[in-house]
Amino acid sequence: MKTDTIRTGTKAMPPRPRRRGLFRLRQDIPAPIYSAAGIAVPLVLLLIWWAVTSLGIVRPLFLPSPMEIVAEGWRQLREGILWADASVSMYRILVGWLAATVIAVPIGVLMGSYRIVEGALEPLISTVRYMPVVALIPLSILWAGIGDVQKILILFLGTFFQQVLLIMDNVKNIDMNLIRAGQTLGMRNIEILMRIVIPAASPGIWDTFRITIGWTWTYLVVAELVAASEGLGRRIMDAQRYLATDTILFGTLFIGLLGLLTDVAFKRFGRAMFHWNR
Amino acid sequence: MTPPASGDTATLIAIDRVGKVYEGRGSPVVAIDEVSLDIGRNQFVAIVGTSGCGKSTLLNMVAGLDDPTSGSIAIDGRPVLGPGRDRGFVFQSYSLFDWMTVRGNIRFALEKTRMPAAEKAALVDRFIREVGLAGFEDAYPRQLSGGMRQRVAIARALVYKPAILLMDEPFGALDAQTRGMMQELLLNVWEDNRVTVMFVTHDVDEAVFLADRVIVMASRPGRVKKDIAIDIPRPRSFEVLTDPDFTRFKREILADIREETLKVMAMERP
Ligand SMILES: Nc1ncnc2c1ncn2[C@@H]1O[C@H](COP(=O)(O)OP(=O)(O)O)[C@@H](O)[C@H]1O
Ligand SMILES: [Mg+2]
Repeated sequence: MKTDTIRTGTKAMPPRPRRRGLFRLRQDIPAPIYSAAGIAVPLVLLLIWWAVTSLGIVRPLFLPSPMEIVAEGWRQLREGILWADASVSMYRILVGWLAATVIAVPIGVLMGSYRIVEGALEPLISTVRYMPVVALIPLSILWAGIGDVQKILILFLGTFFQQVLLIMDNVKNIDMNLIRAGQTLGMRNIEILMRIVIPAASPGIWDTFRITIGWTWTYLVVAELVAASEGLGRRIMDAQRYLATDTILFGTLFIGLLGLLTDVAFKRFGRAMFHWNR
Repeated sequence: MTPPASGDTATLIAIDRVGKVYEGRGSPVVAIDEVSLDIGRNQFVAIVGTSGCGKSTLLNMVAGLDDPTSGSIAIDGRPVLGPGRDRGFVFQSYSLFDWMTVRGNIRFALEKTRMPAAEKAALVDRFIREVGLAGFEDAYPRQLSGGMRQRVAIARALVYKPAILLMDEPFGALDAQTRGMMQELLLNVWEDNRVTVMFVTHDVDEAVFLADRVIVMASRPGRVKKDIAIDIPRPRSFEVLTDPDFTRFKREILADIREETLKVMAMERP
C-alpha cells in the first residue's frame, strides 16, 4: 500500500509537523511560562544595569548602581522622608483625581447619552485636552496660589479632559437595546440613566478610572515642579540641583511602583465588583 | 383585508397608512410606505420580508420607540405616542441587564406594577418556571446560553401582562436546534398567556409554524405585499413541519420573498 502511493505520487512530501512551542500566533502558552517571561525581562535588565555599573563602564554620576538606589531608598525610609513625601503626594493624587472623576462621570454620562450635550461639549473638550498642562503652571499659581490647591489643580487639569471623553465612549458603547428595553418598561429618562445606563457602562468606566489614575500619577512631577517643599516629585526636582542621580532614580522608580500598585488594586477590585461581567 | 384567522375579531392594533422616511446624511430613505394593517386581539402575526424592507421600523413604531412620518398607529383605539407598558418587546440581541440575576431581570419589569411584594415574587417564580428556567434563578445572564437568555427576555417582556408582545427576530442568533425548541416553548407560553403577538423574522418556516397570519412585506419601499391566513390547527408541534398545508404555505411565501429579492437585486445593479 505504502509503496503504491510513493510510486504514483510525484514526490511524497513528509507531512510537515504541526508547529508547537511558544511562538504560535495568538495561541495561549502555559501560565507559568507567561509569568516567568515577565519576571525574566526586568531581571535581565537589572543584571545588565548591575554589570555596567560595577564594571565601571559608566560613572556613578550618570548611572548609580542598583545597590546605591536601594541604599538611597533605605536612607529616605529611615529618615522618614519617604513616608512624608509619599503621603503628601498620594493625598494630592487622590484629591486631584477624585475631583476630576466626580465631575467627569456625570458630564461623560450625559455626553454619551444625549447627542445635544455631546455636540455642545465634545469639540471644546477635544481641543482643550491637547493643551500642555506644564504651560499652565504660571496661570495655576496666579489662580490658586502656591499651596496644595495649585498642585491639585494641575493634577485635575491633566486628568479631567481625557477622562470625560473616555467615559463618554464607555457610555456610548453599551447596547442601545438596553435603553430601549427600559423605555418599553415605562421608565423615565432619569431612571434609565441611573438604573440601566450607568450600571451597564460601569465595567468600562471602572477601567477608565484605572487608566486615568495612572495618568494622574504621571502628572505628579509636573504638579510639584514649582513652590512645593514636600512630595515625591519635589524630591526628584530638588535632587537635580545637586546632581543626586541616586535620589532621582529612586524617586522615579518609586512613583512607578506606586502607579503599578494602584493599577493592580483597581484591577483586583474591579474583577470582584463586576463578577457578573464574566 | 383578509379577516383574522383566529383570535377575537375586535381590532387591537390599527396601523393606518403608516409611512416612515429616514432623513439621514445622504438622500432620505423611504423605509416604509403606506402600510395598513388591522391586528385582532390575541392574534399571532408574523412579518417576513427581505432584509431592509422595514420590518424592524414597523415594529419599533408600534412599540412607540420611533415615530411614523405619516399615518397613525392606534392601540385599542388610542393613538401610540410613545412606549408603554401595554406592549412588551423582545430584541434579537438578548438585551438583558447583565448585572442582575435571572430573577432580578424579571422582577425589574414589575417595578412599576403596584402589587404586594410576595405576590410579585410568586409571579416572577411562575414565569421563571413557565420558560423552563427553574434552578437558574440566581444565575447571571453571562453564565447562560443564548437560548436561555432569550427565555429570560421573553419572561421579562410578559411578566407585567402587556396586551401586546413585539418580537424582532428573537431567535435569529440561535442555532437551528435551539431555535426549534424556542419556537415550541414560545407557543406553549402563548397558550398560557394569551397576548397579541407581532413577530418579525426572516425564517419562513418559523413564521408559518408560529403564526395565525403571515404578512409578507415588499421592499423599497416597505409595503404589505401579501397577508396570508395560516389555518393550520392548534396546538401545533414540530410534526406540523411536514404537513402538506405547511409546505403549501411555505412554498407560496418563499416564492413571494424570492420575487422581492430579485427585484432588490435588479435595483442594485448599476
Ligand atoms: N436609523 C436609521 N437611519 C437611516 N436609515 C435607516 C435607519 N434605520 C433603518 N434604516 C433604513 O430603513 C430601511 C428599513 O430598515 P429596517 O426596518 O431595519 O429593515 P428590516 O428590519 O426589515 O431588515 C433600510 O433600508 C435601512 O437602511
Ligand atoms: Mg430588522
